Amino acid sequence: MSAKTAPGPAPSLLGSISPGRKIKDKVVQGLVYLAFVIAMIPLVSVLWMVITRGVARLDMTFFTKSMNGVAGRDAGGGAYHAIIGTLEQVAISTVIAVPLAILTAIYLVEYGRDKRLARVISFFVDVMTGIPSIVAGLFILALWLLTFGFSFSGFAGSLALTILMLPTVVRATEEMLKLVPNDLREASYALGVPRWRTVCFVVLPTAFTGIVTGVMLAVARVMGETAPLLLTIFVTKAINNNPFEGPQGALPTFIWDQASDPNTNAIDRAWTGALTLIAIIMLLNLAARMITRRRKIASR
Amino acid sequence: MTSDTGVESSVAATSAGAAQRRMSTGRAGDKIFANGALGSGVLLLAIMAAIAVFLIWKAIPALQANEANFVTDQEWNPNAAPPTFGIAQLAFGTVISSFLALIMATPVAIGIALFITYYAPKRLASGLGYIVDLLAAVPSIVYGLWGLTFLVTKMDDVAVFLNDYFGWIPLFGGDSVGGRSIFTASVVLAIMILPIISSISREVFAQVPTANIEAALALGATRWEMIRMAVLPFGRSGMISASMLGLGRALGETIAVAMVLSTAAGISIHVLKDGGNTIAGNIANSFAEASETGRGALIASGLVLFLITLIVNMGARAIVARRKEFV
Amino acid sequence: MAKRIEVSGLHAYYGQVHAIEDISMTIEPRSVTAFIGPSGCGKSTFLRTLNRMHEVIDGARVEGKVMLDTEDLYGSSVDPVAVRRVIGMVFQRPNPFPTMSIYDNVAAGLKLNGVRGKGKLDEVVERSLRGANLWNEVKDRLSRPGAGLSGGQQQRLCIARAIAVEPQVLLMDEPCSALDPISTLAVEDLVAELKSQYTIVIVTHNMQQAARVSDRTAFFNIAGTGKPGKLIEMDETSKIFTNPTEKATEDYITGRFG
Repeated sequence: MSAKTAPGPAPSLLGSISPGRKIKDKVVQGLVYLAFVIAMIPLVSVLWMVITRGVARLDMTFFTKSMNGVAGRDAGGGAYHAIIGTLEQVAISTVIAVPLAILTAIYLVEYGRDKRLARVISFFVDVMTGIPSIVAGLFILALWLLTFGFSFSGFAGSLALTILMLPTVVRATEEMLKLVPNDLREASYALGVPRWRTVCFVVLPTAFTGIVTGVMLAVARVMGETAPLLLTIFVTKAINNNPFEGPQGALPTFIWDQASDPNTNAIDRAWTGALTLIAIIMLLNLAARMITRRRKIASR
Repeated sequence: MTSDTGVESSVAATSAGAAQRRMSTGRAGDKIFANGALGSGVLLLAIMAAIAVFLIWKAIPALQANEANFVTDQEWNPNAAPPTFGIAQLAFGTVISSFLALIMATPVAIGIALFITYYAPKRLASGLGYIVDLLAAVPSIVYGLWGLTFLVTKMDDVAVFLNDYFGWIPLFGGDSVGGRSIFTASVVLAIMILPIISSISREVFAQVPTANIEAALALGATRWEMIRMAVLPFGRSGMISASMLGLGRALGETIAVAMVLSTAAGISIHVLKDGGNTIAGNIANSFAEASETGRGALIASGLVLFLITLIVNMGARAIVARRKEFV
Repeated sequence: MAKRIEVSGLHAYYGQVHAIEDISMTIEPRSVTAFIGPSGCGKSTFLRTLNRMHEVIDGARVEGKVMLDTEDLYGSSVDPVAVRRVIGMVFQRPNPFPTMSIYDNVAAGLKLNGVRGKGKLDEVVERSLRGANLWNEVKDRLSRPGAGLSGGQQQRLCIARAIAVEPQVLLMDEPCSALDPISTLAVEDLVAELKSQYTIVIVTHNMQQAARVSDRTAFFNIAGTGKPGKLIEMDETSKIFTNPTEKATEDYITGRFG
C-alpha cells in the first residue's frame, strides 16, 4: 500500500515494485544462469580435451593394431582388440538383457497389474537400478568365476553388464507400454484376439520406437562401464575374438590401463580411446534422440 | 501422445484383424506367453537374491580369516599373512566424498532445473536439457582421465587457496594439501551426479500446476517470489529424493574416484590433503593384485557398499512414494 | 479504491496467431462488467491483457493502449509485477496454494508486499475473509490447509486472497464454472457486494449469470476458426439482453449459436 501513503502529486501506482524485491529477483536470476554456466564448464572442458588430445593418435594404426608387445613408452599400438571386445561384450549383454527386460515389463504392465508379485518385482527393479556397477562386477566374480570356476572372459563381462542393463530397459519399456492407450487393447480384445497376440501385434508395435530408444540409451550407458569389467574380463593387450574364452580387452579398460602409465605415448592412446568411446556413445545417444523426435513429428 | 490415438487405433484395428485371421492356438499361446513374462520377472528377483547370497557366501571365508576388526579397523591388508583388514577408512572416505559431492551438486542442479523450466526461452528448454544430460552420457572412465590429467593440476591451486583462507575450518585444515584429494574426488562426483539431480528436479517442476504459478503471478509476485511460493514447496520432497538418488550414484562411483585419488592410509577429515580412499575405488585399485583372501575381502567391502547404497536409494524411493499418496 | 479502465485499439497475438483484434472499451469503476461470447472468442485473452497475465505464455504480445485512469499499463516504465499487484485476478478453477494454510493463503500477497507483524496480518486476513463471506466458515480452522475446503469455499478463499492486497480492479475468469449452483450463488452474491469497492470484470459462459450480476455487458465473437476475436457490442446489461443493436448479439443471447 505504499502508493496510497506516498506523498507528492499523482503517485504512480504502476511505476515499480520495491527495489529490494527487484534486486532479489535479479540476484536469483543471475544465480540460476550462473548454475547453468557452471555445469557447462566441465562439459566443455571434458569434450574439448577429449577432442584436442584424442586426435594425436587418431590414425589407422590405432584402429587396426592391438597393444600386443607394445610397451607403455612405445609409440604406435592400437585399440583394435579393445574395440572388438567392447562391441562383442555389449552385443552379448544386449541379446541377453533386452528380451528378459521386455518380457518383465510386459508382465508388469499387461499381466501383473495390482498383483502383489508385480509390486515386489517393480520394487526390486528400482533396487537394481541403484546397484553400483562395481557390485555387479563383484557378483559375477563371486558367482561365475569363484563359484562356477569359469575363467576371466568377455562373456563374464557381458553378464555383469547385463545386470546393469536389465533395470534400465525394464523401466524404459514399462514407461512406453503404459503410454499405449487402453482403447487399443480393448479394440483388439473386442475382436476376440487373445492377449498374447494383442501384446505382440498391437501393444509392442505401438511402443516399438520408444523401446528402441530406451535400449539404445541403455547400451550407451553400459558401454562406458569400466569397473565391472576390471573384475570379470581381466586385462589383455592381445586380440581375442572369442568372447567365451580367455581374457578380452575392452575400450574402457584400455583407457584405464593406458592412463595408469605415465608415459606420454600411453596417455595419448588413452585420450584417443576416450575419444573413440565418447564418439560411439554420443552417436547412440544422438540416434536415440532422432528416433524420439521423428516419432513426435509423425504423431503430430 | 493423445493426438496419435486416432491414427493408431485404425492401424491397430487392421493388425488386430490380421491377428484374428491367423489365430489358431489362442489359449496355449496365451499361457506360454504369460508364463514367459512371469518367468522373466521371477528371474529378475532370483538375480537380486543371488547377488546378496553370493556376495555374502564369498565374503565369509575372508571375514573368518581376518585377524582385525572388520568394522573398526582402518588398515586394508588382506593379502598379508595373517590377513588384517577393516572397512572403517574406506567407508569414511566413501561417505564423506559423496556428501561433499551432494552439497556441491544439489544447489547447482536445482538452479539448472529452475533455469531450464522457468528462465530459459521455452523454445530452447528441451535443447538445454539435452545438453545437461550430455554430462551423464560421458562415461566415468573419461571423467577419471580428465580428472587425472587436468582437474588435479587445477585443484592443487584451489586446495592451497582454500587451505590458506579457510584453513580454520577443520574440513579445510591440515598441511601439505594437494590436488589428488578427497575434495577433488568429490568435485568429480558432483559433476557426475549433477545431471541426475537436475533431470529429476526438472520432472518435478514440470508437474507444478499452472494454476498455482498463475495464482502467485496474479498476486503480483516476481518470478523468484512465484518460485518460492508455488514451485519450491510443491517440489520439496521431489528435490530431496532427487538428491538422495544422486547420493546413491556418488556412493557407488568407482573409476573416476580411483583414478583421481592417490591412496593413503588413515581416516582424516582434512579433505584437501592428498590421499583417502573409497570402497569402490579400493576394489578397482587393488583387485589385480589381490590373493584369494584379498578377493574375498574386496567382496565383503562391496557388500557394505551395496548395503549403504541400498539404504540411501530405498530412502529416496520411500520419499517419492509418500509424496504420491499426498499430492 | 476503484479505477476506470480505458482500452483503445488493442490487438493481442500469440506468436503468429492474431488472437484479438482492435478492441476499444471503457470499464467503469465500482461496477460489474461482464464479457460474454462463444468459446475461443478471445474474451479470456482480453481479460488477461488487462493485468498482463497473458505475458506468462511465451510469444504473447500486445499492441494498443490500456489506461488505468491516467497510466498506461503497457507504458515503458511499467513493471508487469506492479500491474498485477494493482489489478487482481480470480481464476476459473479455485487455485489456493496447496502447501499453505488458509491463513497463509490469504496473507500470501501481503507478505510479498512487505507487510509484517502478526497484528496487522491478522487484521487484514480477517477483513478479507469477511469480505469474501468466508470468515464464519473457516475462523476456527485458519491453520488447516486451504486445499481441504470445498470447491466453493476454495474459490471464495481465492477471492479473499485477491482482495487482501486491496487491488483497484478485480478480474474474474469464469469464476463459477467449476462450482455447484449453491456455491455459484454465494460467489455471485459476493460479486454484488464487492462492486461497491472495486471495479469488477467477469468473464462468463453463463448468460443468466451475466444478466444477474453485471451492470454492463460486452459481447465478443469470432468470424470463424483461426480468425481473431472481436468486440461486437457493449452496452447496459439490460439493453444487451432485451434489445441488442447487433444481430449477432441477439442470435447469441437467444441461443441460436455458441
